[in-house]
Amino acid sequence: MTVKTLDELRKIREEHLDRVRLREDGEAAGDKIEVLVGMSTCGIAAGARETVNRFVDLLAKERLDSVKVVPVGCIGYCHSEPTVQVNVPGQKPVIYGNVKENKVQEIVEKHIKGGKPVEALILHVDFKRP
Amino acid sequence: MEILLKDNVAKDGEYMTEPQAISVTAPAAEDLPKEKFDELEAFIDSMETTKGALIAILHKAQDIFGYLPRDVQLYIARKLGIPGAEVFGVVSFYSYFTTKPGGKHTLSVCMGTACFVRGADKVIERLKEKLNVESNETTEDGLFTLKDVRCIGACGLAPVVMVDDKVYGRVREEDVDDIIREYRSQEGQQ
Amino acid sequence: MAKVRTNIMVCTGTGCLANESEKVIRNLEVILKARGYAEEVQVIKTGCFGFCEQGPIVKIEPDNVFYVRVSPKDAKDIIDEHIIKGRRVERLLYVEPKQKEKINRQEDMPFYKKQLRVALRNCGLINPEDINEYIARGGYEALGRVTTEMTRDQVIEEVKKSGLRGRGGGGFPTGLKWEITKKQESDVKFIICNADEGDPGAFMDRSILEGDPHSVLEAMAIGGYAIGADKGIIYIRAEYPLAISRLNTALKQARELGLLGKNIFGTNFSFDIDLKYGAGAFVCGEETALINSCEGKRGEPNYKPPYPAEEGYWGHPTCVNNVETFANITPIIMRGAEWFASMGTEKSKGTKVFALAGKINNVGLVEVPMGITLREIIFDIGGGIPNGKKFKAVQTGGPSGGVITEEGLDTPIDYESLLERGSMMGSGGMIVMDEDDNMVNIAKFYLEFTMDEACGRCVPGRIGTRRIFEILQKITDGKATMADLDALKQLAYMVKDSSLCGLCQTAPNPVISTMKYFWDEYLAFIKDVDHPRGEGKYTAENKAEIKS
Repeated sequence: MTVKTLDELRKIREEHLDRVRLREDGEAAGDKIEVLVGMSTCGIAAGARETVNRFVDLLAKERLDSVKVVPVGCIGYCHSEPTVQVNVPGQKPVIYGNVKENKVQEIVEKHIKGGKPVEALILHVDFKRP
Repeated sequence: MEILLKDNVAKDGEYMTEPQAISVTAPAAEDLPKEKFDELEAFIDSMETTKGALIAILHKAQDIFGYLPRDVQLYIARKLGIPGAEVFGVVSFYSYFTTKPGGKHTLSVCMGTACFVRGADKVIERLKEKLNVESNETTEDGLFTLKDVRCIGACGLAPVVMVDDKVYGRVREEDVDDIIREYRSQEGQQ
Repeated sequence: MAKVRTNIMVCTGTGCLANESEKVIRNLEVILKARGYAEEVQVIKTGCFGFCEQGPIVKIEPDNVFYVRVSPKDAKDIIDEHIIKGRRVERLLYVEPKQKEKINRQEDMPFYKKQLRVALRNCGLINPEDINEYIARGGYEALGRVTTEMTRDQVIEEVKKSGLRGRGGGGFPTGLKWEITKKQESDVKFIICNADEGDPGAFMDRSILEGDPHSVLEAMAIGGYAIGADKGIIYIRAEYPLAISRLNTALKQARELGLLGKNIFGTNFSFDIDLKYGAGAFVCGEETALINSCEGKRGEPNYKPPYPAEEGYWGHPTCVNNVETFANITPIIMRGAEWFASMGTEKSKGTKVFALAGKINNVGLVEVPMGITLREIIFDIGGGIPNGKKFKAVQTGGPSGGVITEEGLDTPIDYESLLERGSMMGSGGMIVMDEDDNMVNIAKFYLEFTMDEACGRCVPGRIGTRRIFEILQKITDGKATMADLDALKQLAYMVKDSSLCGLCQTAPNPVISTMKYFWDEYLAFIKDVDHPRGEGKYTAENKAEIKS
């Protein structure tokens, strides 16, 4: 399919809007939880690939099929790579720093299954997007 | 007669950089497999145009052969109908291209500024001493090639050493021995 | 229990408390109860929003509406109008002084937080390998509007009005560059994206390409439309394999949707992009060298004029812009030149991404409005110097820049003020140094870099940088005399004045600026200067002795 008019483009946007809104401010319906992992060179160098694999493995093991793992670019917090953002519908997204492989279990258990963010790992973001 | 530029600059440190030794008439240092040349030829033939494509071709050739020995450069020159000197001129200009075969593992030390101010210079000195090589040289046993590279972009982990694709972050001088030992012992097991 | 549908957040930071925010809270609670909304609307005390000047602050969630200077008697209107009837209380909305436009969303407020992400807007938020997520964030709408609703001149006018300047370091006005290229009469023109990020220690462009490749593709198409090019080239370092692979994916997806290729948005505008790989040469960041390298040649710069806008890639008019410059284009089209120009200083508009590294706690990427001070970046955002050490200097502009010391920390960052300080904006590398760093060594490090990277085309660059490095080596070896320092200074200015291109014209900057600010550290190495501790490492103790 090719886009030939602005309206066609806007239709694509509408279809995918929910996902992105969930990430920005948690405004989205449904029960789809998302895990965003910063996968830039710096993140990967710090172990983001292992972190992603661990998330995928654990979520499969726990049969949490509605949780989606999404690779994204970096948010520039090199000092705390790998960074992971967890989006639960209806809640403000939570960004974690220094999520090495061994921290994944705790996030899955407490936040994704238990609904309580892991306070100790939370990164406080000091930027805004226009 | 064999003319090796290197012979003319035997004395250490007299010149800025040692010209890369390349002889026009010397026989190939090792036999390069014909299949690799065929692969390169197929790649060149598949291009819409070779105009301005020299760098892309050299990238491909280095992918295939691992380095760009004299014969490969001359092969490309003939294939494109340009002087060998032009090919060599491009090869020697860019630091990404190498005319020497590398060791089994490439040890890259990031020499970006962030790593430098956090002590990368000490790390590479230690490596040079331990491996008994200079930058861009390969150890006698052919196991390591030491490289100093520009920023690999993991400044948060500075200083950084990369062995092939594996990244070691916040490397201290004394960690160097462990890294070398790790790969040496792997080798011993095989 | 009824579910809470709305939160009223009231700031109880010190500033707002002083302005009676407690009373605001009490009134809100009383009125909510009286109207019967106490169950579903919650009043929450929050920490400081950091906008104390406008306090007390009240924020309504999830509407994301922001009220400022709320007095206790405004509580009634907030509840009756906003909560019950869903109408905003206009008089309490924030009015930006410059534009007199009412702003109700926190994100839209200037000075709200120090970081504002325009170029990095999508990084870390979308999957860079899924074009749909980019579109969901408003992507390709700007391209659609430009091609269907705007003339080429209108696009250029908008970019010119925004005040956007080249983010690669030079700071040339982007709109003007586009205009000059557009005016050239030629059937074939090119637009090139410079992704040869050479400054060691800078990685802004890589992060954008890895995190949001479509923003660059879309902007290149917009630029192509404006100048009349149907072909774009991204010249990218071969050392960025991940960025290359994401760009390739993005190109493929954009072509599949017809957002690149023939007849974009059903118009007669066609545009496509090729990737060209660099092979490791810092000088290729210079635009004429970059073009030579794109043509498969040695990446040596040419004499200018002719400028690339007149004779560039294969002799055709060519416009070269940096990755970050492109990343700013779409927001300018979508939100207007005025919005963009409202950020920053008089001559430097918008935001700038910096790669903050070295002796700093929060190593990372920051994007800040122009005009913010170095102190704010290093201490507020960067979290200061680790291990309780003292700040010594910060190098901006990479190997082409200079150091800025404590006294320059309050300089607002823009192209001109950094130049005045003997440094430059550069592409955005920012290396922080603490008291342990010896500045002569730092200068030597940079000169070793430029010496290696000088292409050999011109004599001052080829031999001058070498000689500078040798003198620095002699100094740090403790073998130099005062005569060497004089020679060093003279040589530095000679190379600066006589080199062919920007690389070597700026190469001596680290030497010149460290000599200016840290002269005594040079002296400490000099053997014929009489100081009791002998040559060698400069220490705080011998500082006074050396000076006298």
